[in-house]
Amino acid sequence: MDAEKKAILLDPLFENNPIALQVLGICSALAVTNKMSTAFVMSLALIFVLVGSNVAVSAIRKLIPTNVRIIVQLSIIASLVIITDQFLKAFLYDISKQLSVFVGLIITNCIVMGRAEAYAMQNGPWLCALDGMGNALGYGLILMATSFFRELFGSGSLFGIHVMPAWYETNGLMVLAPSAFFLIGLFIWGIRTWKPEQVEEN
Amino acid sequence: MRQHSVTYIIIFSAVVCIVCSLFVSGTAVGLRSRIAYNMLLDKQFSVLRAIGEEDVSEEAVDTLFGTKIIPQMIDIKTGDVVEADNPSAFDTKKAAKDPATSFEAPANEARVVRVADQAVVYQIMDEGGALDMVVLPIRGAGLWSTMYGFLAVDKDGETVRGITFYEHGETPGLGGEIDNPEWQAKWIGRKLYDTDGEVVLDVIKGAAGPADADPHRVDGLSGATLTGRGVANTLRFWFSADGFKPFLEKMAGN
Repeated sequence: MDAEKKAILLDPLFENNPIALQVLGICSALAVTNKMSTAFVMSLALIFVLVGSNVAVSAIRKLIPTNVRIIVQLSIIASLVIITDQFLKAFLYDISKQLSVFVGLIITNCIVMGRAEAYAMQNGPWLCALDGMGNALGYGLILMATSFFRELFGSGSLFGIHVMPAWYETNGLMVLAPSAFFLIGLFIWGIRTWKPEQVEEN
Repeated sequence: MRQHSVTYIIIFSAVVCIVCSLFVSGTAVGLRSRIAYNMLLDKQFSVLRAIGEEDVSEEAVDTLFGTKIIPQMIDIKTGDVVEADNPSAFDTKKAAKDPATSFEAPANEARVVRVADQAVVYQIMDEGGALDMVVLPIRGAGLWSTMYGFLAVDKDGETVRGITFYEHGETPGLGGEIDNPEWQAKWIGRKLYDTDGEVVLDVIKGAAGPADADPHRVDGLSGATLTGRGVANTLRFWFSADGFKPFLEKMAGN
């Protein structure tokens, strides 16, 4: 894999993270990071939808009439999301119950629409697959990190397995959505301290 | 930018729609039976949780339902058992929405708007095959959401044997603690009715006494006063004369 392709895949992890730099997809990042298992399944769902929609939009990008392109992108994204939701209900029923509406809300996840419109409309399917994978991994990375701290301190467990010592009193704030705000804020601070070029100019 | 004719746009949109709908409907049809099976299994596990049976394997669920646990269709208003081919498949939510199969609930604090004429209850048999308790479906408004659950009532028609919720949107860690098995265990042995037959079981602020000394009160959940009140309102509605009281009276009378 040459350097350019590598950059497409890996840049969204830290250099250009959809959540930490572009601040997209925050809503679901707050909602599903209660437990690591839900955050993990949500990340997988987003990988599938984002790679699928990027490749599909890219494959027909030269045929899509400009004036209806957004609605075409949305039809493709919505179809993929419904398919994902059905598969989760069929094979991971408990987790799909916990994720409830948030799988369906991938349709409105700005990362998916954003990549379709900004990248897939201009580039070939193979590059788009890498781009979708990279951005979904960047999203998943933040989700997994947030849910790691939330589940560890909020429930004393990781992936549902109890790991904290018995004396540890669970922190109720960590299971509530605002704690994800604080954690994601801290991550953004950390990434921008590490890479000062990401700091916006006033 | 290239311009496209109106005909091209319409044909293109139609093709996209047809291809997308083929994928979606194909998946939905292909997975329908599996999803229905999961939903049924989920409900059966909830019934088992209401009677305190945790950690049951999938195979054991099948045997329990049919031998120890018998679903029955009842008429809410009269409390009589009615014949039904497959009570487990009864869709209460759908029946409660349809004016033909439901009635308007009188004003109530649980904010139940319509009640289905019929309900599915689960008879739980003891080792000897005699009726031990019955599991009844309940739903009502908590703080944020409608809470769906089951309450297990002893054959005496008034003693709580267990409570569980299988669907709600209460705050995790606060109202969501209605899922906490330790709190649910505090319900066991409490009495629904006072000597006049009024539903008096209530969720209070703070701690209640043991079930035999303080039978009409249950500990509140700290930080979840309103969810607790919602649970109490839900019981007050479902065990009143508009809910399961006629059925429980008939069951206890036999």
